Amino acid sequence: MAKIKAALIGSGNIGTDLMYKALRSRWIEPAWMVGIDEASDGLAKAREKGLSTTAGGVDGLLPHLKKDGIRIAFDATSAYVHPENARKLAEHGVVVIDLTPAAIGPYCVPSVNLSEHVGKGEMNVNMVSCGGQATIPIVAAVARVQPVAYAEIVATVSSRSAGPGTRKNIDEFTRTTASGIEKVGGAKRGKAIIILNPAEPPLIMRDVVHCLTEGEPDQAAIRASIEAMIAEVQKYVPGYQLKNGPVFDGKRVSTYLEVAGLGDYLPKYAGNLDIMTAAALRTGELIAEEMSSGRFEPVSRAS
Amino acid sequence: MNLSGKKITLHDMCLRDGMHPKQHQISIAQMVAVATGLDAAGVPLIEVTHGDGLGGASVNYGFPAHTDEEYLRAVIPKLKRTKVSALLLPGIGTVEHLQLAHDCGVATIRVATHCTEADVSEQHIARARKLGLDTVGFLMMAHMVEPAELARQGKLMEGYGANCIYCTDSAGYMLPDDVSARIQALRAVLRPETEIGFHGHHNMAMGIANSLAAIEAGAVRIDGSAAGLGAGAGNTPLEVFNAVATRMGIVTGVDVFKLMDVAEDLVVPMMDHPIRIDRDALILGYAGVYSSFLLFAKRAGAKYGVPSADILVELGRLKTVGGQEDMIEDLAINMARTKKSA
Repeated sequence: MAKIKAALIGSGNIGTDLMYKALRSRWIEPAWMVGIDEASDGLAKAREKGLSTTAGGVDGLLPHLKKDGIRIAFDATSAYVHPENARKLAEHGVVVIDLTPAAIGPYCVPSVNLSEHVGKGEMNVNMVSCGGQATIPIVAAVARVQPVAYAEIVATVSSRSAGPGTRKNIDEFTRTTASGIEKVGGAKRGKAIIILNPAEPPLIMRDVVHCLTEGEPDQAAIRASIEAMIAEVQKYVPGYQLKNGPVFDGKRVSTYLEVAGLGDYLPKYAGNLDIMTAAALRTGELIAEEMSSGRFEPVSRAS
Repeated sequence: MNLSGKKITLHDMCLRDGMHPKQHQISIAQMVAVATGLDAAGVPLIEVTHGDGLGGASVNYGFPAHTDEEYLRAVIPKLKRTKVSALLLPGIGTVEHLQLAHDCGVATIRVATHCTEADVSEQHIARARKLGLDTVGFLMMAHMVEPAELARQGKLMEGYGANCIYCTDSAGYMLPDDVSARIQALRAVLRPETEIGFHGHHNMAMGIANSLAAIEAGAVRIDGSAAGLGAGAGNTPLEVFNAVATRMGIVTGVDVFKLMDVAEDLVVPMMDHPIRIDRDALILGYAGVYSSFLLFAKRAGAKYGVPSADILVELGRLKTVGGQEDMIEDLAINMARTKKSA
């Protein structure tokens, strides 16, 4: 079956890492990379791999969408730029997978709710946040066993892996992740904490998920559910690992995780970035599969 | 050392840093009693929030007896002269919390980051300044970075709008020369009107000596805590520092005897355990570990049968930073496992 052509918007670390992953995909063919700096390493790497490139932002891509058959775009720019990108791409019927914290579309965590979105033909889905991709599956794994009154996650990432966008608007991370814990994870109340650690060599992303269950936790069922969920995430992030737990302490269920990346363009310790690109690609692939088989019916078409 | 005539602002921590040894369970009545006592003693500024700052209420750091809002709304209206500050750690608290603290009548916001991560504070410092608040950039675990880099980070915070920059010895690790070098480095790069502060912990019993070194190098705000109530072996004991400062001719404006009374009559009776340099607290200072880890390590050590001292040493070796309380149980489980298989 023919691969679906995709554009990568943003030629930074995330966009470039995503390109390397997409080049291996059975369903997606990365055809364009869009940047704003002609001299960026990402655009050079894209040209090397035979992609068409523009340093003219999304406007530089729009005239080529139709003739190059682009049907999916991954936006790895910023929350400030995304809404305008999304609007322009939607006008051309391109499905947008949003890796920024803009969150215009519904949240998507592939191991939890991907099929739900694909079935609906959403034109814009959002990948929540790195911490959200790493922790929401565990919240959901507990919540599918029994009600979770409160879930809290602590994501610790190496300073080197936290880019200027994250740093300028760190509240966006806590806000978006907390909201994803509730909306996708299924906790009644969510809280997110992020810590940057500058240690050298850089630490591998670690995540802790604390759930407070409503009744006494069903230990055996929760343990089995978490293990199954981890296997599900490992399908797209092989370095996703349970380090300790689940620890049961009264109604508290704590799970300690580590997320190592594949080391495509980003270093392996930056599991926080890798899990975003891997989750976004997984999402794109499922949408591409639907498109290839003619099952994808967009919910709304922009005028 | 001649510091005679220097005017210093004392900033009391016992209702914020003191929340750590109290496991965030200080009652409203205790808060109000201590705060009004400090007001009567002439302490110009006191900090009130969860120990880990606004929004710190969590499984990770502990749920407090009352919300930040309840504490602030109870304390602020009772004060005649004393102003109240609130701490905020980006990544834990958000600008919404900052706005709430402002609405409650807080005069000062202290935005705290690890000493190398000042650039996560931009949105919070900018907002605090826009609200017209006294805005402090609070660089934690400052012993972990060279003076020149600390100064560069302080300069970033000043650029975002902070009118005061702190060198924060969260681990109580520094010796007076370490403090002097860092305050001098900050003084050399910051604008003359930008104030410099020092926040000490007493894990190596250097709180007072370090605070004096800080003043000599140009600091004009000094943090301490009545009876030392704070994380680890506590903060610089404020009533002691005030007595020393007064003898040296430093102008604090704080009544030596009234502050002693607050410490002795109100704060000491609140303590769940004596705030002293026990073995674990000494290790915090010696190994450079975040002071708030103390009780977490003691609890995890008891639960998993691992010496708390070993956990703290390991936390230091791993170069953990403030806020990484989540490491402690994880590490204790690993250590217990290793011990079992050995």
